[in-house]
Amino acid sequence: MAAVLQGLGAAAAVSSADLLSSKRTKLAWVKSMAERNGSVLVGRTNRRFCGGLNRRAANVVAAKAESPTSAAGSKQPGHEILLFEALREGLKEEMDLDPHVCVMGEDVGHYGGSYKVTKDLAKEYGDLRVLDTPIAENSFTGMGIGAAMTGLRPIVEGMNMGFLLLAFNQISNNCGMLHYTSGGQFTIPIVIRGPGGVGRQLGAEHSQRLESYFQSVPGLQMVACSTPYNAKGLMKAAIRSENPVILFEHVLLYNLKERIPDEEYVLSLEEAEMVRPGEHVTILTYSRMRYHVMQAAQTLVNKGYDPEIIDIRSLKPFDLYTIGNSVKKTHRVLIVEECMRTGGIGASLRAAIIENFWDYLDAPIMCLSSQDVPTPYAGTLEEWTVVQPAQIVTAVEQLCQP
Amino acid sequence: MALKRLTSSPSFPSLPNLLFKSLSTPRSFSSASTEDEKILTIETSVPFTGHKCDPPSRTIDTTPKELMGFFHDMALMRRMEIAADSLYKAKLIRGFCHLYDGQEAVAVGMEAAITKKDSIITAYRDHCIYLGRGGTLLEAFSELMGRRAGCSKGKGGSMHFYKKESGFYGGHGIVGAQIPLGCGIAFAQKYSKDETVTFALYGDGAANQGQLFEALNIAALWDLPAILVCENNHYGMGTAEWRAAKSPSYYKRGDYVPGLKVDGMDALAVKQACKFAKEHALKNGPIILEMDTYRYHGHSMSDPGSTYRTRDEISGVRQERDPIERVRKLILAHDLATASDLKDIEKEVRKQVDEAIAQAKESPMPDPSELFTNVYVKGYGVESFGADRKEVRAVLP
Repeated sequence: MAAVLQGLGAAAAVSSADLLSSKRTKLAWVKSMAERNGSVLVGRTNRRFCGGLNRRAANVVAAKAESPTSAAGSKQPGHEILLFEALREGLKEEMDLDPHVCVMGEDVGHYGGSYKVTKDLAKEYGDLRVLDTPIAENSFTGMGIGAAMTGLRPIVEGMNMGFLLLAFNQISNNCGMLHYTSGGQFTIPIVIRGPGGVGRQLGAEHSQRLESYFQSVPGLQMVACSTPYNAKGLMKAAIRSENPVILFEHVLLYNLKERIPDEEYVLSLEEAEMVRPGEHVTILTYSRMRYHVMQAAQTLVNKGYDPEIIDIRSLKPFDLYTIGNSVKKTHRVLIVEECMRTGGIGASLRAAIIENFWDYLDAPIMCLSSQDVPTPYAGTLEEWTVVQPAQIVTAVEQLCQP
Repeated sequence: MALKRLTSSPSFPSLPNLLFKSLSTPRSFSSASTEDEKILTIETSVPFTGHKCDPPSRTIDTTPKELMGFFHDMALMRRMEIAADSLYKAKLIRGFCHLYDGQEAVAVGMEAAITKKDSIITAYRDHCIYLGRGGTLLEAFSELMGRRAGCSKGKGGSMHFYKKESGFYGGHGIVGAQIPLGCGIAFAQKYSKDETVTFALYGDGAANQGQLFEALNIAALWDLPAILVCENNHYGMGTAEWRAAKSPSYYKRGDYVPGLKVDGMDALAVKQACKFAKEHALKNGPIILEMDTYRYHGHSMSDPGSTYRTRDEISGVRQERDPIERVRKLILAHDLATASDLKDIEKEVRKQVDEAIAQAKESPMPDPSELFTNVYVKGYGVESFGADRKEVRAVLP
């Protein structure tokens, strides 16, 4: 397992020794990011992967990933944390490190954030660094971008990603393209984050998946977090990145609990995560669908299949290195996503794999995505809009037919 | 060309009709017209109108050096825009080209009141503001013609001039989108406690955008040192202001935010207003300036500019309110230079512009690999693929 992980270069947790010594200098962090192949801390991630495999909670959404090596629990290194707390921890660490980091959004300050990601930060950092904005997405996103042009590092929170549609012009034209149209003069180190995705009967307008709309804006980087471990790591990486990064969180994943390391770690924004290595089929997924896939994986393993599951994490640009190596090994690809079928992340990923790895495919790439409908309110209908584990199992069986 | 920045000086009363009344004005410098720092006090022809604030005085101090500087810079800007017109017609400039001639007084007056640490952000009519902020003619023409030597390496075009070191934040194509950006820059200035301000320029067309009012609300709430300047040239693209705005008093539209209406064709009035606005913004938060100005060209080069207004109106404004003529009359009235001196300056400026154009024409187009640079910032190992994902691949540095 360790060799496989190192070989694939997946789950790059930067060596903590490198990080702690180079806490203050961004340059050193960049260097340590560049050395990620050799000095990957495999031990920690190794344990988590094994844990993720063997323990499956009945309620997939609130799954606890426990380590098999320490059933007792209390003497393990690291600390247990919920996903939204992990985001807050990452945010807090970055705000402590760099006084240029500030947060702006609706209800992030005094209220503490509608998903509690910024709870108590306003008390600690004051009103100038944790700013409550009026309900005016277009202008406060624009203001965040303007502030980023001068060198501040704002984090703009959309209370729901769907509201950022109002700020689409600012995100697309100013955020994504300013570095290019100014010939490199201005960098926009902004992070735009917020929860999206289909929740529990939130209705059509509050269940949108914006990754499909933003994916063709040049100049943006998009990442999706799915576990407390990668949420904190990606948050820190996004804040440190000089590029504009959109961090997609999911409404239903905020209460996931996991044990994460005590030491500081930053993940790579452009890398995918190997969740479960396998031989028969590559399943590419991200965000909430990872858990549906893991649930389906239980069934599949019992039926004798050996799926390789990759959480692509980086939605733009795709980590074609990890994905490609996986395709070369298994020759069959299934994409499971929550985006709409038309023009979603799966559609682009499919095109990218076909273009680059056509010769390695033994079967057409299958893509399971949400139906092209506005998300209905009724519970049963909503369930059918989104991909369910049973459908994933059927798809893998179909794909693996000789 | 960098504008000469001058410290302010006491003002002396100027007169609406300088040619006639200048004879009766006491001339404090009848002999020495070479004393550059002598203080001249000039009164603007149109008083300021305030909304929720006390307008500044009509009498403005200036010096001969400043006035000559105004003349030179405005003549340069005018010449550049006319030359851009010919270049566009010769198909050397493509796409959109929005010309600023007629509005030069706003650019030079603003520069005279502030420093390069203050920031300016504007929309797409940005060529002259770029010059005012220290851009060179060569960079401007190269960018217009899409050459490598352009200020944005040829990748931005007419609507995307930027100059980071002098606090010029562009250059934006979407109407009104620069206003929240400008408020964000003002926020950053407040955050870093710089004691500087941001001027966010927009037009009368953009004054009806929702994001303006959103940004204004936030700026007023957070006391940001943002100055919103409405360059009211009375036409939003092809629609006159009275057909687009229920209330064309743009300086009053801020409601709870103070406003000032300024004669935008008078460089000295603009300078006074901007000085006043800077002091106000640093103490009390945002303020709106409405510059009453006029553009001789149409909205852009594809607009003849005569379908929605009469040629008489355009020539009328040119005769009565032209900013360069106004400064010329002032200079002649106060004997700061002779008419032939001024003609020489104009000839010199023309020569500079022609030389810059010739040099820009020779300069090379950007290298094809430049297509993929500056999409992302250096150093983050991001790979970018060309249209043909197999072959054209650049590992972005």
